[in-house]
This record gives sequence, structure tokens and C-alpha cells, in this order.
Amino acid sequence: MTSRWIGRPLPRVEDARLLTGRGTFVDDLPPPPGLHHAAIVRSPYAHARILGYDVRAALAMEGVVGVVTGEDVARSTRPFSVGVTTPVQYYCAATDKARFVGEPVAVVVARDRYLAEDAAERVVVHYEPLPAVVDPERALEPDAPILHEAVGSNLASHRRLVYGDPDRAFAEADVVIRERFRFPKYSSTPIETYGVIARWDPLEGVLTVWSNFMGPFIMHPLTARALGLPENRLRFIVPPDIGGSFGIKTSLYPYIALIGLAAMKTGVPVKWIEDRREHLLASSSGTDRVAERELAARKDGTILGMRIRWLDNVGGYIRSPEPGCSFRPLGNYVGPYRVQHLEVEAAAVMTNKSLTGPNRGYACGHLYFETERMVDLLAERLGLDPAEVRRRNLIRPEQFPYRTPTGGLYDSGDYPAAFEKALELARYDELRREQARARAEGRAFGIGLAVAVDPSVSNMGYVATALDPQFRAKPEYLPKSGAVDACTVKVDPLGRVTAVLATTPQGQGHQTIVSQILADELGIDPREVTVVDEMDTFTRVWSISSGTYSSRFGSVGTSAVALAARKLRAKLLAYGAHLLEVPVDAVEFRDGAVRRRDGAGPILTLKDLAGRAHWHTQSLPEGMEPGLEATAVFGFRVADAVDAGDRVNSSNTYGFIAEVMAVEVDLDTAAIRIVKYVSVHDAGTIINPLIARGQIYGGALHGLGGALYEELLYDESGQCLTATFMDYLVPTACEAPVIDIAHVESPSPLTPLGSKGLGESSSMTVPAVIANAVSDALAPLGVRITELPMTPSRLWSLIRRARAGGGSPAGAGP
Amino acid sequence: MKPPPFEYHAPASLEEALALLVRYGGEAKLLAGGQSLVPLLNFRLLRPAALVDLNRIPGLAYIREEDGRLVLGAMTRQRAIEFSDVVRRRLPLLHAATRLVGHLPIRTRGTIGGSLAHADPAAEYPALLTALEGEVVAVSPRGRRVLAAAELFRTYLTTSLGTDEILVEVRLPLPPPGAGWAFEEFSRRHGDFAIVAVAAVVEREGARCRRARLAAAGAGPVPVRLREAEAILERDGLGEDALRAAAARAAELVEPDSDVHASAEYRRHLTAVLTERALRRALARADGGDG
Repeated sequence: MTSRWIGRPLPRVEDARLLTGRGTFVDDLPPPPGLHHAAIVRSPYAHARILGYDVRAALAMEGVVGVVTGEDVARSTRPFSVGVTTPVQYYCAATDKARFVGEPVAVVVARDRYLAEDAAERVVVHYEPLPAVVDPERALEPDAPILHEAVGSNLASHRRLVYGDPDRAFAEADVVIRERFRFPKYSSTPIETYGVIARWDPLEGVLTVWSNFMGPFIMHPLTARALGLPENRLRFIVPPDIGGSFGIKTSLYPYIALIGLAAMKTGVPVKWIEDRREHLLASSSGTDRVAERELAARKDGTILGMRIRWLDNVGGYIRSPEPGCSFRPLGNYVGPYRVQHLEVEAAAVMTNKSLTGPNRGYACGHLYFETERMVDLLAERLGLDPAEVRRRNLIRPEQFPYRTPTGGLYDSGDYPAAFEKALELARYDELRREQARARAEGRAFGIGLAVAVDPSVSNMGYVATALDPQFRAKPEYLPKSGAVDACTVKVDPLGRVTAVLATTPQGQGHQTIVSQILADELGIDPREVTVVDEMDTFTRVWSISSGTYSSRFGSVGTSAVALAARKLRAKLLAYGAHLLEVPVDAVEFRDGAVRRRDGAGPILTLKDLAGRAHWHTQSLPEGMEPGLEATAVFGFRVADAVDAGDRVNSSNTYGFIAEVMAVEVDLDTAAIRIVKYVSVHDAGTIINPLIARGQIYGGALHGLGGALYEELLYDESGQCLTATFMDYLVPTACEAPVIDIAHVESPSPLTPLGSKGLGESSSMTVPAVIANAVSDALAPLGVRITELPMTPSRLWSLIRRARAGGGSPAGAGP
Repeated sequence: MKPPPFEYHAPASLEEALALLVRYGGEAKLLAGGQSLVPLLNFRLLRPAALVDLNRIPGLAYIREEDGRLVLGAMTRQRAIEFSDVVRRRLPLLHAATRLVGHLPIRTRGTIGGSLAHADPAAEYPALLTALEGEVVAVSPRGRRVLAAAELFRTYLTTSLGTDEILVEVRLPLPPPGAGWAFEEFSRRHGDFAIVAVAAVVEREGARCRRARLAAAGAGPVPVRLREAEAILERDGLGEDALRAAAARAAELVEPDSDVHASAEYRRHLTAVLTERALRRALARADGGDG
């Protein structure tokens, strides 16, 4: 196959409609007849017992058709399954207690949203306020308020994982570095908020839900069970466009249950579009984390072992797929380093904050912030250049495929080559000279480095690491594994190609990518391909792991497309050979036609074959199915279940990121200016460099948000202080640095095209690289960054304290 | 985020608008550009019985030079100010400050009168009015009155305008030709309200300072005129020591609060930093720099 289209920076076919405001999002769908609107009554308390409801005043308003309260939720639904054995009862709305500010406690259904909000104000909920706890360490103290009495403490899960012989590694080390880090709770704030429309058909017993659901499709059976519906009576329909997610919309499913329940109770179709305040208060975010790290090394910089203690704050309930925050990166805990000995103590704690879930990079931003800071601290301790310390520890190219001590299988890569490329692009040595000059002038100029393994396509089996091996060893335990996607390619009677997917894209450009792949596979023009990517669980091929999350499409989705095309091509070859009356190995498929390898005789174009196959089935060889379409379901064979030693290949393809950033800190205002930023990625074969570039920019901006701007802040009583975009600051185009982007391509041996995922990309490295750069800039003052975000106010406090001659760099205040 | 029910009126004259304010007896809110009011309504933090929309009243948007002052109609859009020739020529400080007001779509709707009446102490215009010793004109059924900046701003989001009063005009005295000026702002992102901003105007006479004007935004419940810092310059001249002393004094004159964006200490510190920077830049312009 020749690559005429793969690798080209084709502009996205989606852009015309998206940029002119003509996309079809959930809010644009034609309203079902009789549509009503929901407003959600939310808890004003972080922690309170619910004593009762009085909905009479709301129901008395003209145009209000019903109110659903926690009593209805408790009576008519079941708690969602959670990923741990701890007895946490998580319903789609509060039943006994409210456990965070903004938790749904009731739903009002009315003629329009204005009226619904007016009526929501008249719903009286009787609360008994309880003491709240928001700090994860405080939550584990014996006298802390308990959120879930049945659990008995606020600890949702706790696992100690040991790989290799960390005790020996630490005993044999020349140096041991210890540091404590705090990572902030932040989100990705997609431009489109959550949206759900639910219609209950009591005659067929079918609940149809239109929403911006993005998967993982495990949440479909999970929701069906919560609502007490058979899975084939719960229909999820997803419109062609979703306005971004970055993982945040994986946590939409409780609202599907809640609005679904409202539709079933009131008998009218119900629509709910989340507003921005609701989104910031109560949708989802990454965890805030306290991490204690130890690193053992030889004095030449060789890292021997790591000890990790994580305390992840999952908020009021541990909502599935948490505690993925601890285990999603399991296979790449060691990152790109050869270290073999590792101890990880991972705890998830529940506090009176909003709930957490996957957020771009799913805790890899946390992981690499800590690890890469530790590597810089090691370099500082040993008096070595931080680039040199990394060089000495990177996995060598000849070691691929590389099995990590935690079970990860790194499929391909050349980490030193990508790292050197980043240093060279940044002119690292010149930057160091510039730094020397700046320091001589009293300016704070710093250079940061970060390297990371970029995992894509989660193996859903990783979630079971949250369970004890003894539990997993029970005969009744059913292991989980897999990462699957499907595609159907159809050729119509005139030879035009349509691809049907079920990948719920959120702006990633799947239509463009699919048309590029099919153009190469079938020798056609990408503009001739129609790509249909609207999900409908009643009609599409899907499985538990379907959806667009975990950077899946570039790896698993594209593989399904290529395989479907190849299946179709095999059929075209067999059919063509039959028509040409030669053996199948005498023909080939080239430039969109079946032709004899020896060049003789007529050729049969796709159009020729399609016409005959549809119009004249008699022409098909014996045993060949009529019609011209192929469906492929691609599944990775390396996605095994977690083993007894807690090893699991938690992703399927693994890319690599190497970054260099230079910053200058204004010592008077503590403002950080990015002087240079180089980002080198290895995501295997790049199908569309323009889309790859967009992903890297977007990922970097999300990382920059967490590093400098964004934090969901709560006061001691659990009130959220950042429920508007005036207080929760998201970097905009004005804050975007120029990024020098380059690629190294080490094709994956596991995917037909050699591609890997790239969707989370620099979101996982920017917190590390900028924290390293700022620490380097402020090194003469002795300031070391251990906490994000580095707001000017916080950074100035650190600078002032350092100048005053002391104090550890613990962050405090806003 | 839908507003509670309210009556909506779009009067065609000031008299009609004033009559409506009287009719609602303090329960009506005036709608100018809506850039602050509408979010407050949608958050249901405000529940007025009625909105009186000023956008259909003719004659409230103008920019004129008059008796050594720049006179602006209250409904003049920030975008119009940004692109006004007379503003750029005669009061470049106003031009510079306007560029820092929100983002383009905000400035396209937002008005100078609305910003002053909203009285966010971190906003640019209240600080500017304070630094320039400007005035606003308000009308009510009781008549017309002129308020100085110091009389207008009471505390956070609160002015001394009565509930039956409409701010109709803003008057900004023009500094003499050759005066240096600067508007130094520190915000976390482009277009945000200032963490702290300092407006400065300096009239120099050799090494002497004939007159200095300094005001800070974001450094307390109202914009702060830094009179004692000005006095240091007017007394001690424009040397290095005087600049630093004035900046240090400025930090002592403000009473900032802490919020999610910055601590009070940091804001106090920034007041000194930005005062010094503003003075240096103003001096450079007074010397014939890029004014």
C-alpha cells in the first residue's frame, strides 16, 4: 500500500461546520414532541443530613409537571457499582446525606428552563448541616467527620504494590532524595457542558437518551443497572458533534440516570443542559493529591528505586472509574526510565469536595510532575546536569519491546533520539549560556526538562488493581481485560465508500482521519469518503471499552478502520480474480483497481466491482456473500488482566514525550514568562500532522492551566470558591506560548498503521517541565517548586520567604 | 443560570427612564452594556423587579473636548473610546486603560458609564477617574449634580448614586501638554480584572515635579488615590530616591483584601512595584518618550 494520504496535513473536514457554528451538538437536536426542561436542586452544604423535602410550592406553579427527590432516587434506582470493595452507596442524587456543595438533591421538570429554575428555588429541602472536611490528610485523622458511616472511615481504597526489591535498592543507594508534593484539583472545562435528553416509552419499555456521552461504554450497562432496565431497553444516541471533553464527560452517566428517572417519573421527555456554574461545581475533575516521594540512586545518577505514597482526594463519593487516578498509569509508573524496584502505596480518600474522574492524562500529569521534579532534585544533589541524569536512565532503543517492572509493555520507541532532538531544537547548551549571562545580571532565568512515556488506549483490566489479589483470586471473581473498536466500510453500487463508526468523537477529527486511511487503503480520494460517526447503541457495533477516551482513536479506532478496509480489499481481490478468471494470487489491488500482477488484461475498478456486486449477484464466486461491505472489530492482544503480582499492561500503545522549556521569572511580580518551549513527540506513525499539532497545543494549554492558573478551590466549610470563569482561570489563546513541535516516528508493531494515541500529550508533561524551569530559575534563591499552581501570589510568597532567608517552600494562601 | 422574572422597559428618553426609576422605587436596575449586570441576573444574585434599558435613549454616547476636559456620554462604548482619535491624541492614558478592559466582545457592549456605576474597584475606569480627578454627572427627578471620584465610590460595587439617579456624563480633566502618563496593570491573564493597576500622570519641570497624580485599582474596596505618594514627588523631585520612596509610600496607603487570586500582602507589594514602574514610564514619556 502506498501512503498518499496518511501523513499529510489535510485540513479537517469537520472544521467548516464547527467554525461556522453549524455543528450538531446535543442542544441542537430537534426537540421530541412534548419536551420539558429540568433544573437541578443542588446542595448548598458540603456535608448535611437530608431530613425531608417539601415540594408543594414548586408543584403548584403552572407549567411544572413534576419534582424528583432523593426519596424517588432511593426508591426507584440502585446505587452505581464502584471500583472498590468499600461499601460506598453512590446514587445519581443524594438520598440520605449531601456530601459536597452542588450535589444534586432534586430535579424539577417544567415547561421551560426559566420556570424550572424558578420552581427549583421553591423546593424546600430540610438539612441538618454536618461538619465538613476537605483536606485529604485531615480526612484520615481519627476525629475527622465521616462521610459514609457504612465505610467507617474516609478511606475509599488503599493498596500497597511492590515490584522488584525496593528495600535492597534503597539499602544499596549512594543517595536518597525525599520530597513531598501537592498537585491541585483541576478540570478541563470543555466549551460544551453536559447535556442529556431522555424520553421514556412505557409501551416498549425503552428509555432513549440523547447526550454527549463519550464512553467508556461500560457506563452504559452501569447506568442500565442503576435504572433497573435491561441493557437492550436503554438506548444511547450521541449526536455527530461533542464540544470537547478531555475525559471530563466520562462522568456524565449519573446525570443520564437522573434525567432518565425524571422522564420515567413525569412521563414527558426531559432535557437538561448543564450550565457553567453547575459544571464547575459538580461535573468532574482530576484529584488533588498529596505525594511523598523517595528516590534511590547511585552517585553516577543511575536511579535504583522509587518509593511512592499517594493520597488522592476523590471527593464525596468514589465514582467509577476511580480510583483510576492511582492505577491508570500503572504500566508506566516508571516512565521512560530503566528503574526496576518500586514501591507504591496508593490511597484514595473521600472528602466534601466534588467528585473526580478521568481528566486529560488521567493522573499522568501528577505522576510526571513528581518524578521529573525528583530527577531534577537528584541532579542538583549530585551536581550533574539534569539532561545527563536523564540520559543515564532512559530505556535504550535496543530494549524494545520493553516490559516494565509493573507489567507495562512499551511497544516501540527511541527515547534517547527523541530526547536529544528536543535538546538540539531548544539549543540547550546555548540556553545554559544565556542563563549564565542572565544570572550575572541578577535575572531569574531557568531551564526545565521533562521526559515521559505517553500511554494510550487503556486496557480496562487495569481498574481491577484497586482490588486485593486475594479478592481477585476468588473463583467467583471475573477478570477484565480489553481495548476494542469497530468499523464498517460499505461500498455503494456506484463505488462510493461510506465508513460507519461508533467512536463518539469530541472534536478530534475522526472523519478526516478515517477518510485519509480509507483513501490509502482503497486507492480513492479522501473527499469521496463519507464518514458517519453518530453513536446509537441500538444499531452500532460496540463493546464495553468503546468510546473516545484514553487517546484511543489514533491507535485502536484507526486499526479497526484499516482492518475493515483490508477485509473489504480481500473480498474485492477474490471477486476480481474470479471475474478475470485467474487465481487470486495473480491479482493485486493497486490505485483503486484490481489488476493482474503481470499487467495483462482489463482492470476492474472499485466502481466496476461495486456495480456488479450490487446489481448482478450471479457474478459472485461460489460461497461469497453478496453485498460489498466489511466490518472489523479490532482488539489488542496485549491487553491482559492484572496478574497476581499486580502487574498489568494498563495501556496498549506507549508514545514518548521530551520537552525543554526556558522561563524568566520577574522577581518583583513573580510573573512567569515562557521564553522557549520545545515539545518532541513519538506517537508512531502520524496520520495527520495538523491534527497532531492541535492535540499537542491543546494538551500543553491544559497542562499550563494546571501549572499556573486552574484550581478548584474550597474553603474550610467546603464551599467552592471557583464556580465561575472569573475565579476559575483557564488559559486562553492570549496565554498560549509558541511551541516548537517535532516528531520522532517509531511505528507501533501492534497496530496495522503503526500509529499510537496522542490526545493527552503535553497535558502530562507541562506541569513537570514548567515546575522544573521555574525551580531552576529560582535556584539561586533556594526556591524549589513542590506545589501547583504557581500563581504569582504564591510564587511571590516563596520568593519573599527565600529572600528573607529561610523556610521550606511549602505553598500557602491564594 | 436563567434570571428570575423581571419587567423590561426600553424608554426612549431620559425623562421616561427617570419616571420608571421612581415608579419602581428602588427595585429597578439600569441596563447599559450588561457585561456585569446580566451575569449577576443569571446567577440570581440580583433580583430587580424591572430592568430599565438605556440603550434606546438618544444622545447618551459622545466624546468631546470641552474646556480642557474630555467629556464622554455615559453610554459611550468602550470600543468607541478605544478607537477615538480625540482620545488617542488628547488623553492617551484613557486609550491605554481602555485596551485593558476585558476583551473585544466585552468592550463592544460595555460602556464607560456602566463601568463607573458598577464600581468594581479592580476595574480600570474607576482608577482612572480617581487619578485624573474626574467627575461624573448624574440626573434625577430632583435635578442634576456633579460628583467627584472620591464622592462617587463608596465600597465594593457600591456608589453614592441614588436609586432614582442616572449617571449621564463623565468628565476627565486633560493633563497639560508634555505631561507623562502610564497605566501599569498586573493581571493573571490578558483581559482579566487587575490584581493591581496603577494610573500615573506626571508633570515635570526639569528635575522638579510640578504635579503628580497616582491612583491604584485592585488595592481596596474603592480605587485609591495615592496622594501622599504624589506629595513625596512634588516635594522631593523625580530622582531615584524619591521614586522609590513614593512607591514605598503607595504600598502603605492601600488596604487590599485577599481573595482567590492574590493575597493582601502580594497586592500591597504589587502596588509599590507598579507605582514605581508607572512613574518611570510616565517620566520617560514626559521626557518625550513614546507618548
